[in-house]
Amino acid sequence: MNSAVLTESPPAQNQRPEKRRRKTASVIPGFGLTLGYTVLYLSLIVLIPLSAAFFKASLLTWAQFRDIFTDPEVLLAFKLTFLSSMEAALVNTFFGLLVAWVLVRYRFPGRRLLDSMVDLPFALPTAVAGIALTEIYASTGWVGSFLDRFGIEVAYTPLGVIVALIFIGLPFVVRTLQPVIEDLDLEAEEAAASLGASRWQTFSKVIFPTLIPSLFTGASLAFARVLGEYGSVIFISGNLPMKTEIVPLIIVNKLEQYDYPGATAIACVMLLLSFSLLLFINLLQKWVGSKAPVR
Amino acid sequence: MKPTAPAMQPASKKKGVQGSITEPKWFQVLLIALAVGYLVFLLLLPLAAVFVNALQKGIQAYFHSFADPFTLFSIRLTLLIAVIAVPLNLTFGVAAAWAIAKFEFWGKNILTTLIDLPFAVSPVVAGLVYVLVFGKQGWLGPWLEDHNIKMIFAVPGIVLATLFVTFPMVARELIPLMQEQGNQEEEAALTLGASGWQTFWHVTLPNIKWGILYGVILTNARAMGEFGAVSVVSGHIRGQTTTLPLQVEILYNDYDYVQAFSAASLLCFLALLTLVIKSLVESYMKKTRREAATVQTP
Repeated sequence: MNSAVLTESPPAQNQRPEKRRRKTASVIPGFGLTLGYTVLYLSLIVLIPLSAAFFKASLLTWAQFRDIFTDPEVLLAFKLTFLSSMEAALVNTFFGLLVAWVLVRYRFPGRRLLDSMVDLPFALPTAVAGIALTEIYASTGWVGSFLDRFGIEVAYTPLGVIVALIFIGLPFVVRTLQPVIEDLDLEAEEAAASLGASRWQTFSKVIFPTLIPSLFTGASLAFARVLGEYGSVIFISGNLPMKTEIVPLIIVNKLEQYDYPGATAIACVMLLLSFSLLLFINLLQKWVGSKAPVR
Repeated sequence: MKPTAPAMQPASKKKGVQGSITEPKWFQVLLIALAVGYLVFLLLLPLAAVFVNALQKGIQAYFHSFADPFTLFSIRLTLLIAVIAVPLNLTFGVAAAWAIAKFEFWGKNILTTLIDLPFAVSPVVAGLVYVLVFGKQGWLGPWLEDHNIKMIFAVPGIVLATLFVTFPMVARELIPLMQEQGNQEEEAALTLGASGWQTFWHVTLPNIKWGILYGVILTNARAMGEFGAVSVVSGHIRGQTTTLPLQVEILYNDYDYVQAFSAASLLCFLALLTLVIKSLVESYMKKTRREAATVQTP
């Protein structure tokens, strides 16, 4: 980055390239101060507290670990959390592609308003989303009473968990895809069309393949986010033991019963999961970065 | 790009070519209707539900909800938390962006990834780690107890949990922005004899002020609305550690729906205001970037 900037800057530096290479330190001050502060603050707020979880977990015996992770309540919570997050991410991928396509390619009244509304799940506190969704999907609610006639229950069932996660995960796929669709090479589409491809063929063979990496990225971002979601889920799920308990709720329950070892062990598994997802997403984004036209 | 379309029609079908880089009109209308319907159903319905439930007993009952001393307290506490947390993370974000965007150093990518870590952590786990450090059985628990300092189930713990969940937001906005702008302007100012602080205040800050505003409103929205992390460290002591989102939970669990949704409506206003400012800043940044691009390539 810095070297790229230096090559563009004043010609004085171009005269002595060998000296420039040695002088990697820039004239800009404040490196020690800002980096020192960054590392200190990062350690105090994030790294030391996070390492506390792993340190405490390392004090547990193997038998304790086994007891925690063979508890059927814990296992069922992991299963529910995983499956619901997957399903929510899938729904978000499909509708995210639709919404992103419509918002970028078509012009209609209210488009910009809808575009900014997509970020609502980021901005709306999760507890508010939770109680609002519960009201809508309870058997007396606007949608719930309608579905009730067909025997479909959403609130206080695993389906409710998925609904909450779909709400929370909505922006990720849309926001990942939008810039990619904006940058799509129209000439490739025109070429395909002039060679006689139908619009569907152009979409499925020219457009869609270029969107796949970003679809994956968006879906993984949504999955990573909803995996740890708590506030919006606990209201609509009803927290029925062995039925609608998610993993973060199990952690909270264990804390309330002063079962610190249990809470810590489960939290560490969640942390390891999120870190591997973060790593995976970083690799995905590198893949996208090398495939998509760089802006 | 390989010409993959099989069994192509002869080029005589020229009329069809124009039409086939867009979808047929009826199909466009169908897709728009689906997308709009989906967004309205998923996003606007919950918003409407909050206001309808808040106003179900009339406007007077709505305003009367805010006379509740615990609700009033929770509003004050929420504002206090934001007033403490936002400047701290803003300072960090600017410092981190300065170090990362303006300099080359070993481990820069690792540092950037570590700054993003809090986004990958479940809010509940974020609260838990502070309990493990400052709680009764935590690392510093005994020492804190000896000195009569309460961190967990008290305001300092809530501030820390809020700092954690909003940690990357400002830095994340500023790093790419400052990288894009490069170092030339600062180098010019410094060569002309400006001090480091002068350069920062008069050269860098005007260039990143919209990015800062963007980061600050996002940080503020999350700081005021955080639920999971705060709920773990707060202990839900009414009138002492209940922020507005926690007060919403307590009221809702007490079946006090009008009060719960009235309190929630304040958070909805906050979210809507955040979205408005966010899209204004976004369109402004887009505009200035376009102008900058036309100046550079006349």
